[in-house]
Amino acid sequence: MDAVKRYFRSPAAVAGLILLLIVIAMAISAGWFYPRDPLALAGRPLVWPFSNPRFLLGTDNSGRDIAAQIFYGARISLLIGGVATAIAILIGILVGAFAGYYGGWVDNVLMRITEAFQTLPNFVLLLVLVAVFGSTLTTVTIAVGVVSWPAPARLTRAEFLSLRNREFVQAGRTLGMRNIQLIFGEILPNALPPVIVYASVVMAVAILLESALAFLRLSDPNVASWGNLIGLGRDVLRVQWYVSAIPGIAILVTVLAVSLVGQGLNDALNPRLKGR
Amino acid sequence: MRILSLAGRRLAASIPTLVLILIGVFLLLQFAPGDTVDAMMAQMGGGDAATAKELRKFYGLDLSIPAQLGNYLWRLVRLDLGFSSIYGKPVASVILERLPPTILLMTASLSFAFFFGLVFGVIAARGVNRWPDTLISTLGLIFYATPSFWFGLMAIVVFSVYLQWLPPGGFEDIGTVRTGIWRALDIASHLVLPTLTLGLIFLAIYLRIMRASMLEVLNLDYVRTARAKGLDETRVVTRHVLRNALLPMVTLIGLQAGTMLGGSVVVESVFSLPGLGRLAYESVVQRDLNTLLGIVFVSALLVITVNFVVDLIYARLDPRITAEG
Repeated sequence: MDAVKRYFRSPAAVAGLILLLIVIAMAISAGWFYPRDPLALAGRPLVWPFSNPRFLLGTDNSGRDIAAQIFYGARISLLIGGVATAIAILIGILVGAFAGYYGGWVDNVLMRITEAFQTLPNFVLLLVLVAVFGSTLTTVTIAVGVVSWPAPARLTRAEFLSLRNREFVQAGRTLGMRNIQLIFGEILPNALPPVIVYASVVMAVAILLESALAFLRLSDPNVASWGNLIGLGRDVLRVQWYVSAIPGIAILVTVLAVSLVGQGLNDALNPRLKGR
Repeated sequence: MRILSLAGRRLAASIPTLVLILIGVFLLLQFAPGDTVDAMMAQMGGGDAATAKELRKFYGLDLSIPAQLGNYLWRLVRLDLGFSSIYGKPVASVILERLPPTILLMTASLSFAFFFGLVFGVIAARGVNRWPDTLISTLGLIFYATPSFWFGLMAIVVFSVYLQWLPPGGFEDIGTVRTGIWRALDIASHLVLPTLTLGLIFLAIYLRIMRASMLEVLNLDYVRTARAKGLDETRVVTRHVLRNALLPMVTLIGLQAGTMLGGSVVVESVFSLPGLGRLAYESVVQRDLNTLLGIVFVSALLVITVNFVVDLIYARLDPRITAEG
C-alpha cells in the first residue's frame, strides 16, 4: 500500500496515468463515437481542423475523418504495444531465467544469441522480418516483439544471478524441489518486479517502432494506425501539414504517458533510487 | 599496449556473434517469397522457365541450402557480398557508395547528442530539483517520446517550407557544381535537420544518464575533499567530477550504436539522404535480398567497430579497467 501512496505523491506519475487512461478511453470508445469504418470515405478531402463541425480534426488526402482514425489508431497502438511487449518480456524472462539459473554452457549459448540480437540494429532486423513474413497486423506485432527481447533477458539474467544462491533457494533445493519449480515458483516471483517496470520502456519503444514501420508504409495498410496517417500526410506536407501533425502528437502523448507511468512505478517500488 | 590487447580480445570474441547473425539472417531470408532470379526476371519483363533454371544454376541457387550458406560465407571471407540485380552492380560497391552519408550523419548526431546531453545533464544535476532541472528533465522526457520521423517532418514544415532557411532533403545541391569549402558548407546545411532529428532521442537519453551519474559522483568522498580543499564549484565539476561521470555516457555510445543505425533508416527516408539506411529500406521494397543481407553484414560490422573504439576510449578514461585485464 505504501508503494501506491508513493506513486500518487508524484505529480509526473499521476499526469502520466491520466494521459494513459485518456488514450485507453479513446481506444475503448472509438466504436461509440465513430461507428463507421474509420478508413471509409467521410467527406471532402483535406478539410482543415476546426473548420467543419462534422470533422473536428479535419479530413486527410482521401477524405477520411482524421479524428476517427486517431480514436481507432489508439486501439492499434495499444494493441501492438501491449502484445509485442508481452512477447518480448516472455521471451526475455525465459532466456534470462535459464541463462542465469543454469550458468555454464547454457548461459554461454543463450548470451551469444542475445549478443547477436543486440549487435544487429533492431530496426534493420525488423525490416528483414517484414521483408520475409509480410506486413499484416499479426506479423508486425510478433516481429516487434521478437526484436525487443534482449534487454529484458539481460535484466532477468542479472536478477537470477544475484538470487540463485540465496538461502531460500538452497532451502528449496534441500527440500528436493526440481529446477523448473525453483526457477518459476521460487526465484521468478522475486526477480519479476524490475522486469515488469522495464516493460514500460519496452512498450514505449515498441509503439515507436511500429509507428516508424507504418510511416515507411511497411506495416499493415488495412488498419487505421497513427503511423500510416503520418506517412499519408507526408504527400501533402507543404500546405496541409496538420494531416501528419495530429497523429504525431497522439503518438508522443501515448509514449510519454507510458514512460511516465513506468518511471512512477519505478520510483514507487524503489524509493531509495528516486530522482535518478 | 594492454588496452589494445584487451580491446582486441573483445573484438575477437565478437566474430562468432557476427557469424551467428549472418547464418541466422541467411536462413531467415530463405523463407522470403521469391529469390534473386525472380527479381531479375521481373526486371527483364518476364522470361521462360528454362532461362530461370539456367540463371539459378549460374548463381548457385539450385544447390542445397547448407551448400548455398557455405558458398556465401566463403565469399564473405573474400569480402565478396554478391551481386545486386536491382542496381546491376556488386553489392559491396553499392553499399560503399551509400556508406559516407550515413557515417557522416551518425557522427554528427552522436556529437550533437553527446555534447548537449553532457551540458544539459550537468546543468540539471547542479540545480537538482530547482527550475532548470525540472525544465531540462521535462524536455528530456518529451524528446524521448517524440517519434523521430514526425519531428523531421515538422522541422521540414517550419524550417524549409515556412522560414525557407534550410533545404528540405537530399545530400547536396545537384543543380550547381561546387567544390572545396563551398561543397562542404552545402552538405553541412543539408545535414542540419537530419542531425537534429536523429540526435533528439539520444540527447534525451544522454542528458538523463549524465544527470544521474553526476548526482552519484557529486556525493562521493573525494568530491567533498576537493571542495574542502577550497576549489570553486566550476573547477570541482570540470576537473574532478566530469571524468568519472563520463564513464556511463561512453558505455552508452556502444550500446546505442545499433539503435542509432536503425534510426538512420527512418531519418534518411524522411530527408531522402542517399545513405545506408535508405538503401536498407529500398532493398526491402524492391526485394533485393542480396543487398539486404549485405547491409545486415555491414551494419553488424559497424556496431562492432563502434564498440571496439568505445572500449579503447573507456580504457583511456578509466585506467582501472586495464589494470584488471
